[in-house]
Amino acid sequence: MEKDHKPEMSFHGGRDPVLGQAGRHGGSEGKDHKCECAEVYRDIGRVLQAHKGEKDSLIEVLHYVQERLGYIPKDVQVRIAQTLGVSLPEVYGVVSFYNAFSEKPKGKHVISCCQGTACYVRGAPEVLARLEKELGIKAGDTTEDGLFSLEVVRCLGACGLAPVITVDDETYGRMTADKVPAILEKVRRGRGEVEKVAGS
Amino acid sequence: MVTLTIDGKQVTVKEGTNVVEAARAAGIDIPTLCYLKDVNAIGSCRVCVVEVEKSKTLQAACVTQVQPGMVVYTNTPRVRRARRLAVELILSEHPYECPTCPRNLNCELQTLAERMGIRHVRFQAKKDPKPIDDSTPAIIRDPNKCILCRRCVAVCQKIQGVDAIGPFKRGIDTAIGPAWGETLADSPCVQCGQCVLVCPVGALYEKDYTEEVWKALSDPSKHVIVQTAPATRVAIGEEFGLPYETVSTGKMVAALRRLGFAKVFDTDFAADLTIMEEGSELLERLENGGPLPLITSCSPGWVKFMEQFYPELADNVSSCKSPQQMFGALAKTYYAEKAGIDPSSIVVVSIMPCTAKKFECQRPEMTASGYQDVDYVLTVRELARMIKQAGIDFQDLEDEEYDAPLGISTGAGVIFGATGGVMEAALRTAYELHTGKTLPSVDFEPVRGMESIKEAEIQMDGTTLRVAVAHGLSNARALLERVKAGEKYHFIEIMACPGGCIGGGGQPIPTNDEVRQKRIAAIYKADRGMPLRKSHENPAVQELYRTYLGKPLGPRSKKLLHTTYRWRHVFGTMVEKAGAAVWPVDQAAGGGGQA
Repeated sequence: MEKDHKPEMSFHGGRDPVLGQAGRHGGSEGKDHKCECAEVYRDIGRVLQAHKGEKDSLIEVLHYVQERLGYIPKDVQVRIAQTLGVSLPEVYGVVSFYNAFSEKPKGKHVISCCQGTACYVRGAPEVLARLEKELGIKAGDTTEDGLFSLEVVRCLGACGLAPVITVDDETYGRMTADKVPAILEKVRRGRGEVEKVAGS
Repeated sequence: MVTLTIDGKQVTVKEGTNVVEAARAAGIDIPTLCYLKDVNAIGSCRVCVVEVEKSKTLQAACVTQVQPGMVVYTNTPRVRRARRLAVELILSEHPYECPTCPRNLNCELQTLAERMGIRHVRFQAKKDPKPIDDSTPAIIRDPNKCILCRRCVAVCQKIQGVDAIGPFKRGIDTAIGPAWGETLADSPCVQCGQCVLVCPVGALYEKDYTEEVWKALSDPSKHVIVQTAPATRVAIGEEFGLPYETVSTGKMVAALRRLGFAKVFDTDFAADLTIMEEGSELLERLENGGPLPLITSCSPGWVKFMEQFYPELADNVSSCKSPQQMFGALAKTYYAEKAGIDPSSIVVVSIMPCTAKKFECQRPEMTASGYQDVDYVLTVRELARMIKQAGIDFQDLEDEEYDAPLGISTGAGVIFGATGGVMEAALRTAYELHTGKTLPSVDFEPVRGMESIKEAEIQMDGTTLRVAVAHGLSNARALLERVKAGEKYHFIEIMACPGGCIGGGGQPIPTNDEVRQKRIAAIYKADRGMPLRKSHENPAVQELYRTYLGKPLGPRSKKLLHTTYRWRHVFGTMVEKAGAAVWPVDQAAGGGGQA
C-alpha cells in the first residue's frame, strides 16, 4: 500500500457490493481514479456477503481482510459487525486480541524482533531498543513514511542464531544493537553489504 | 434432579445447576466476584474455586455443573490458599482509594478482602493511571478500578442488548470499554446504568450532581424545588437500613424539606398527567386508525435505544415527554405563574431511580419552558448521600406530605415505578374515558410481575385492546421484532430496566431480581394505600387542565408536554468520528425518525 493511500478514503465510488448502492464517492466509478483498492473492497464485500449472518465466521473474515489490506480498517470493522450480526465491541475485541490482526496499516517492510528466551538472554532488548530509536516508533507501530512496521515476536525458530530479527522474509542472526542502522539503511536502499545469515 | 455432597452435606438440585448455586441451596456461601447469577458465569476471577474429588485441579464453582455423586469441598487449606491468592492478585492491581471511592463500604472486592482476612498484599503491580471516562452526563467509568470481571459487558449485551462495551486487547493490556477505546458518549450506550448496578467495585458509577444541588440550595436568590419519581419511595429506605418492602414516601418528603427544598413535589403528579396525554393519544389513534401500536416513552434509556435501533418505529412511540420532563416544563411555566416566581430563579431537581434521566434532562428538546426544564437529576444513591451529609436521622423522621399542587397524585402515578405500571395506569383511565363506565376492578394483574414479555387483552365496550409489556431492552427487542413481523398490538409499554424503574440504574446497590420483586410488592402496596387510584380523578391534574392547559393534546399541552425524536447511529457517533462510515450503513426505512 502506498503512502497516503488509505483504504478508508479509497472506496472510490464502486458500487457497494453488499447493498448494491453507490459508496461515498458514488457516481464517479472508474472515472478519474482507477486503483486496486476499490477492487479489494469489492472483493471484501463479496466475502462478507457470502458469510452474511454467520457470527462464527468472524475470524475467517478478519483473516481475509488482513491478507488483502494488511490491516482491519475501522470502516471494515463496522461493516463486518453489521453483515455478520456481531457487535462492534466483539469485532474490535477479536481484532485487538490476536497478533495476526492489525489495527493500523502495516509498513512496506515488516521488522520482527524476537524477544523469546534465547534471544532475550543474548541481548534482544537492546536490539529492540535500538530499532525503536532508529525508527522513531514503538514496537507495534508503523513509521510515518509507511516504510517500516516494527513487531515483537516470541520465537522465530532460529534460537541458534540468537538474537534474531527478520525483515520481511529475510533473517538476520547474531544481532547487536550496532548492526541495526546498517540493516535499515540497506533495506531503504533496497540492497546492501550487511552480513546476512540466509535461510533458517 | 442431581444429588451431590458439598462439605459432607447431601444436596439435591436441578440438573444443570452450578456448584455455587448448589452450595447456596445447602447454606454454604462460596465467595464469588465475577459471577452474576443467570448473567455472567465465566470462571475468570478464580475466587469461587473448590476442590472436587477426582479432579486434579481446583474447579471454579460458577462454571462447574453438578454431577451425580460429586463430592465437593469448599473450605480446605488448598481452597483457602488459592482464593486468597486470587484476591491478592486482583488487589495488587487495584488502587487503594477505598475511603474516597463511591463504593466504599458497599464494594464486593473490599468485602472479599475482609472476609478472607487479607491484611497484607504480597504483590504490587505497576499501576499506570488510565484516563477516567466522564463523557456522558450520567455514568462515569474508571478503568483504574476495573477488575475485568465482565459483569457490565454481560449485562449490556445479554440483558440490555445494547453492546456498547466489550473486553479488548490481551493479557496485562486487557481493558473494558467501547470499541477503539472511544468514550461512552460516542458509543451506543443508552446510559441505563444497569452496568453500574452490577459493577462489584467502583469502576462504574453515576455522575454526582450533589455539589451543584447543595450550591443551589444555599443560594438565597434561587427557588429550589424537587420532584421524586415513583420508584424512589420504595428503595430509599434500603440506604438507611430499613427493611425491604418499606414504603418511605413520608420520610423521604420530610428529609427533602430538611435539606432545604422550597417545595417538595411528586413526579407521580406528572405521571398522572402523562396518562391523560398518552391515554388520549391512544384513544385518538384507535379512532383514527393509527399508527399502532402506540409505544410508551417514559423511559429515557428506551427512547435512546429506539432512536438507535428502531428509528423506523419512531412514529409509533408516544410523543409524550416522560413524567420528569412534563414536570420540569410545568414547574417553570404553570407553577412559576401560579406562585408568582420568576422562572429564571427556579431550580428544578429530580430524585430518580435512573441514570439515563441525567441524560434526558440535558437533551436539547427539553427546554419547552424557555429554560432547561429540569436542572439536576440525582439518583436515589445521591439523595441518600445528601441526607447522610446533612446528619438527618432518616429512620426517625415523622412522615410528611407533599406540597400542592404538583405533589398531588393517585395510585396510578405510583405504579409507573414497576414494569406494567404505565400500561395499567393507562388502562384504568382509557377504559373509563372510552366507555364512560366505572371499572369493576382497577387491578390489571396480567401486566404485573417479572415475566419478560407480558401480553393481555382488555375488553372495552366491544373493542378488544391487545397490549404487551416488556422490561429490559433485550426483551424489548424481542417484542419489537414480533411487531415488525406483523404481530398486532394496540398499546405497548417498554421500560429499559429489568423490573421497570424500581430496578433502575440509579437505585441502591444491590439491585438484583430478589430485590426487584420486593420493590414491586412495595409499589403495589403504595398504590393500594392511595385514596385515588385513577389518573383522571387527580384533582390537581383536573385543575391544571381547567385553568391552564385546556385539554389533553391541546395546543398548550403539545407545546409543553410533547416532544420529538432523532435518528442515531446504531454504533454511536464514534463511527462517524472515526471516519468509519464510508461504507453506507443500513439506516433502514424512515432513517431520520421524527426530525
